[in-house]
Amino acid sequence: MSTTVAGIVFIVSLIVVLALVHRPLGDYMYRVYTGTRHNRVERGVYRLLGVRPEVEQTWGVYARSLLAFSVVSVIVLYALQRLQDKLFLSLGLGPVTDHVAWNTAISFVTNTNWQAYAGESTMGQLTQMAGLAVQNFVSASVGMAVAIALVRGFARNRTDLLGNFWVDLVRGCVRVLLPIAFAGALVLVAGGVIQNLAEPQTVTTLTGGTQAITGGPVASQEAIKELGTNGGGFYNVNSAHPFENATSWTNWFEIFLILLIPFALPRTFGRMVGQVRQGHAILAVMATIALASVVLTNVFELAGNATVPQAVGAAMEGKEVRFGVSNSATFAAATTLTSTGAVDSSHDSFTPLGGMMTLTNMMLGEVAPGGVGAGLYGMLILAVVTVFVAGLMVGRTPEYLGKKIGAREIKLASLYFLVTPALVLTGTALAMGSAELRASMLNSGPHGFSEVLYAFTSASNNNGSAFGGLTVNTPWYDVALGLCMAFGRFLPIILVLALAGSLARQAPVPASAGTLPTHRPQFVGMVVGVTIVLVALTFLPALALGPLAEGLV
Amino acid sequence: MERLPSWLRLHLAAIRAVAVLTVLLGLIYPLVTTGVAQALFNDNANGSIVQARGKDVGSALIGQSFTDADGNPVRKYFQSRPSAAGDGYDPLATSASNLGPEDVLDVLPVPGVEEGRQSLLTQVCARSKAIGELEGVSGARPYCTPSGVGAVLKVFPDRAVSVNQACPEAPFVTTYDGLKVECGKPGEDYAAGRTVPVRGDTRTPVVPPDAVTASGSGLDPHISAAYAELQAARVAAARGRSLDEVRRLIEANTTGPALGFMGRPAVNVLRLNLALDRS
Repeated sequence: MSTTVAGIVFIVSLIVVLALVHRPLGDYMYRVYTGTRHNRVERGVYRLLGVRPEVEQTWGVYARSLLAFSVVSVIVLYALQRLQDKLFLSLGLGPVTDHVAWNTAISFVTNTNWQAYAGESTMGQLTQMAGLAVQNFVSASVGMAVAIALVRGFARNRTDLLGNFWVDLVRGCVRVLLPIAFAGALVLVAGGVIQNLAEPQTVTTLTGGTQAITGGPVASQEAIKELGTNGGGFYNVNSAHPFENATSWTNWFEIFLILLIPFALPRTFGRMVGQVRQGHAILAVMATIALASVVLTNVFELAGNATVPQAVGAAMEGKEVRFGVSNSATFAAATTLTSTGAVDSSHDSFTPLGGMMTLTNMMLGEVAPGGVGAGLYGMLILAVVTVFVAGLMVGRTPEYLGKKIGAREIKLASLYFLVTPALVLTGTALAMGSAELRASMLNSGPHGFSEVLYAFTSASNNNGSAFGGLTVNTPWYDVALGLCMAFGRFLPIILVLALAGSLARQAPVPASAGTLPTHRPQFVGMVVGVTIVLVALTFLPALALGPLAEGLV
Repeated sequence: MERLPSWLRLHLAAIRAVAVLTVLLGLIYPLVTTGVAQALFNDNANGSIVQARGKDVGSALIGQSFTDADGNPVRKYFQSRPSAAGDGYDPLATSASNLGPEDVLDVLPVPGVEEGRQSLLTQVCARSKAIGELEGVSGARPYCTPSGVGAVLKVFPDRAVSVNQACPEAPFVTTYDGLKVECGKPGEDYAAGRTVPVRGDTRTPVVPPDAVTASGSGLDPHISAAYAELQAARVAAARGRSLDEVRRLIEANTTGPALGFMGRPAVNVLRLNLALDRS
């Protein structure tokens, strides 16, 4: 089978399997988030938490609970890193530097998993499994909770109540993420991913050198890292490391885990609003953009249009032999289309246009299909913007799912959209304005600019992948990118919950002849158009200075 | 609890939630997974360690350097890909090169002032030349000079400079677009010139792509089937074995693509070298 055909079969096989599982998983999550029974583990947890699971919350209380949980998480994770040398399983590593620990705490709590450190030489095993991996679960569950709260806003009428944050958080962890992660971890071990608590073992190699074979609870962390669209690697080189991603089929499986929940949530949404076809429309938008992006990334990487790939004969720099160019490109597209940010190859060494695709995927706001939860609420915001734009064209009051999109709703949606571009462009401008900060770039010229633009895009969109050449473990970058991650995560969440609250209060508007149908291909096309136009208008000048300048001139 | 102010109640619940979920997801989950993984897939879970004469010599999943103490390739062993992990294949310092696809300009060394820096293009050219010499084939590549550096000109209105070739080396071309080509003077700033990589007339290089590029992890345990084939004759000669025998061992240590379409065929270098030592 030729490289290209094999690459196509690889993509098609992912599509087929995702199409088969999105429905049962989406239905399962519908039952998880709408069920009224609590299982024994959950009842125990609620008792320990001191919360009453049957009491629902207004959007304000829901948001405050979420923020309180996140603030405590940051503090605990920071403390765990700073004190790791005094606890167990530290591998003899010292406390993590204060600015790196702060950056990492925010990074994992916001589901970004930006890594300003090299795992194998910075983080002890207890920090990895009881600190970082715990946030992999809960930050993903928080994302799903926010998405579900927004969907409840559409589904409910004349109420202030959006559900109970603690119940949504615990159910997401216990009923959705934990069982899939456990099964996934064992599949990964079957492929060769390690799972132990050993210290590095020094061996004498065949030619008499020495090599340290590292240990660690990697598979358990790897599974939730992909499933929760987190992306923070156990090791510096993330999913390129053979102990994180041992074979070509574990590579397929990891891409599958990344896309699993984000592509199933539209089904959950459709069930919750009582119109499955609305879920299909949202899924169609996500799938259209995702497929186009995966194909383009593959085309650019396989073409290898740049001086070094031409000299080499293939874009193999920074790629593993067992994956090859095409599967690496597919992984790169999947990880940036979602908010994962795990990498199985060095994005910094991609061709200019291939690298641009990863940047553009993040700039789209990670909505196709996006992070767990975050992708669905981002896409619903874009649907709201689209009905508004369409309403302006024909002069009608815009409605979506029987809810009026009035001044308050559209203000919240617009503010949501403006948060990340403001963070990305301001941060990049500040970094490029100082000669001292420019010194962090590994590459010079347009590619160096791309490194900085990529860093701020990745942090503000909570992706976490990087053009790895940029030196980011400096106080300035740690603080600046930490702020981008925090604002880029929590400002949109607050706006989404406010929108949910305002939608839930409304009485439903009966559909009339003037209502724009939001389940037809026409609407799907319009949402795709709005998404691309918004991003192009916002980021084209920045892309022109970086990857376009490098790739087209 | 009920009598506390609501903001305090919220934060107490948050603290308890972090504690409870840490125990469940941060201790019970990874430890149970470790137990089950150790029971079901003991070898995998512990890093697929391989042995020679009863001693651990590495992991089947982690590549090694097969070089002598001076860093020269050992002729009887198949060679791994270039590695950017520490000094090469160091699992405590995993890394890719992270160099971009248009990284073509070297910084020439000036003794005592500037140590210099090889661009990614020059690294590729130099590796290709060295491998060509080792295997007795042509190491020529597009965009590379015969001396094994990147063939790149900086073009000014009145002259052109082959910036990766330090004087007094003769430039790889004498003229460009009617302009005389000079050699590069270390320490001189050529930033103002237009960068022009010159493709040359090499079409398909003999040395395969994976042999001249560093992997994403710096620990890639594999080489391509083509790179293994290129090395087969040298290894057979160094060991006094027949080429067919060596080829059979290559075949036996090649995996993938899984299910016929996942990834590319990959030859495990450590397993192959072990098999050669054993047979």
